Amino acid sequence: MGNAQETVLLQGHIIDSLILAKVLDVILMLGGAFDLLDVQIGSQRDQPSRARILIRAPSGQQLADILQAIQPHGARVERESDCCAEPAPADGVLPPTFYATTHLPTQVRLGGQWIDVEGIEMDVAIRVEDAAATAQAVPMGQVRQGDRIVIGREGVRVLPLERPKERDVFSFMQAQVSSERPHRHIIADIAGRMTALREGYREARSGGRQDSLVLLVGGPAIVHAGGRDALTWLIESEFIHVLFGGNALAAHDMEAHLYGTSLGYGLSAGRAVPHGHEHHLRTINRIRAIGSIEKAVASGVITGGIMAASVRHDVRMVLAGSIRDDGPLPGVITDSVQAQAAMRAALPGVKLALLVASTLHAVATGNLLPATVPTVCVDVNQAVPTKLADRGSFQAVGLVMDAASFLRELARELGWKG
Amino acid sequence: MSRFLVCPPDHFSIDYEINPWMRLSNRVQPDRARLQWQGLMEVLADKVGATLERMAPVPGLPDMVFTANAGSVLGRKAVPSRFRHPERRREEPFFEQWFRDHGYDVATLEEGLYFEGAGDLLGFPEAWFGGYRQRSDIRSYASLSELFGREIIPVELVDRRFYHLDTCFCPLSGGELLYYPPAFDLYARKVIADRVGQDLCVAVPESEALRFACNAVCVGKQVVLPEGCVETMAWLAARGYEPCPVPLDEFMKAGGSAKCLTLALD
Repeated sequence: MGNAQETVLLQGHIIDSLILAKVLDVILMLGGAFDLLDVQIGSQRDQPSRARILIRAPSGQQLADILQAIQPHGARVERESDCCAEPAPADGVLPPTFYATTHLPTQVRLGGQWIDVEGIEMDVAIRVEDAAATAQAVPMGQVRQGDRIVIGREGVRVLPLERPKERDVFSFMQAQVSSERPHRHIIADIAGRMTALREGYREARSGGRQDSLVLLVGGPAIVHAGGRDALTWLIESEFIHVLFGGNALAAHDMEAHLYGTSLGYGLSAGRAVPHGHEHHLRTINRIRAIGSIEKAVASGVITGGIMAASVRHDVRMVLAGSIRDDGPLPGVITDSVQAQAAMRAALPGVKLALLVASTLHAVATGNLLPATVPTVCVDVNQAVPTKLADRGSFQAVGLVMDAASFLRELARELGWKG
Repeated sequence: MSRFLVCPPDHFSIDYEINPWMRLSNRVQPDRARLQWQGLMEVLADKVGATLERMAPVPGLPDMVFTANAGSVLGRKAVPSRFRHPERRREEPFFEQWFRDHGYDVATLEEGLYFEGAGDLLGFPEAWFGGYRQRSDIRSYASLSELFGREIIPVELVDRRFYHLDTCFCPLSGGELLYYPPAFDLYARKVIADRVGQDLCVAVPESEALRFACNAVCVGKQVVLPEGCVETMAWLAARGYEPCPVPLDEFMKAGGSAKCLTLALD
């Protein structure tokens, strides 16, 4: 069911007269859906009852048809007012009573019209432009003095998340995290989504807006634990289109290519290699000398692995640095506000997010994603998926499992022979 | 003793068409109309023993004769009508003034809500029914229910020929209901059967419904109804009622009969 919705009031002797039943029937008959927000039933026969009904319809036109059809039966649109906005007092400072967003689809009422808030994400503010009738989610740090910021709750509504059409693991009405549930069918459902998205991605590549992207947020444990080959295959097979990570994921991936080690451990032998702890430093140093990861791939220094596949397949990569990074590699964004902005810019079109073995990047991405994007969080530490699932979206699925096992199973489900 | 508000048909004619019965070409014969109206008054006064309150007719307001649409009355409380059609809206101040002049507590409905008085609001002592969709606005019943302290069950009228509730729904003093079910939607039919009791609901045949058999005035055991409703009269007689048929076909030209020509005051 689409975004068109309206709340109506019905009062009087609406229960015994079957007027409420009739109105609800009409809504359904015309292709709408409803939620009874509250129903107060008169305690005695001569006392009237009252119902507030939230009506949703696939389109604005259908909603208008429904409202027109139920109006003669006494349903009237609840009186609503526009949202209130105040100018931001200074750059980077919001008005004290600013409205703080959730990650759910949100609308504000401007000039009598409900309009969608663009780029909704968790814990930001809403900037409105009355003249253009637009509303945009805006992080605190990006606010400029004088921006009109929505305050209070009036004229703001959060739309309940629709149950996805697909009947898969994401359509359960709750966020699930368990180390004890079998993973196989969950992974099969994820693979199903990825297959469909790859089709959309390939279609859009021949022209059109790209809105079938899969995002992978990965930590270096992918390389340490042996998931590098599977992830490389997923990228080369065009199942993954956006990659978020840190300095370490890139460094250890290229270390593995150049030295066959990950943080000094031989990946095939599984033993510490003499002076192996230097390998990632030498890797970083070499790439710094070349100038960029892209050049390292183009010049044939890095020919295999996650980075090489990403560069060759035009995967949009955002590497966000952290305080303990060595180097860092060229291209790693060390200003966290800038990194956040780069991640935000890469999110439009993302329709599935896989957060694998990365705590900080996973949480940061979770906060940037609207609730409408199905999210899978995989970590050996149950606290990470739990933290993500606590965001309250029923489209967040948590898997407590090792990164490599997950990626390998997923890749096999999608046809990998490794 | 029953009291009715009535208005002589001095200016009754077909000057406009606001229901499927009205045809400008179908002219009223004024003398005949006057005789029929007087016949009705005689039956009400002499046979039924009712008191008749006559209000002064107003030139240019041909439908004022249908006082059932003056408003709704309970005890000393009156709510004047707000007509849907502008043609009849001009009657409103005269009816309202009559209520005020006769000591009624007059309450008015919110601006913009249509309500056509006892034409659409009638019922049994414990439950009232309010016809909506054609003339009265369903939302007026929420306010009226509060004003009168009565439960009002809205019922949807779906046949344009039965444009007021009193054209197809007639509660009788013994708790029975004369009605024409196809004039109502399915929800209303179910509710009426549930509330009145299926065994007390009597459907009049279509031919008699179209003669406005249901547009009858019931006082005690006497039921004043338009003539020619043979089956309805037989049923009434079998139930112990005394049917009092009155020729009223001049008024049927405007889509009204016995009940439309009266407003019960107490």
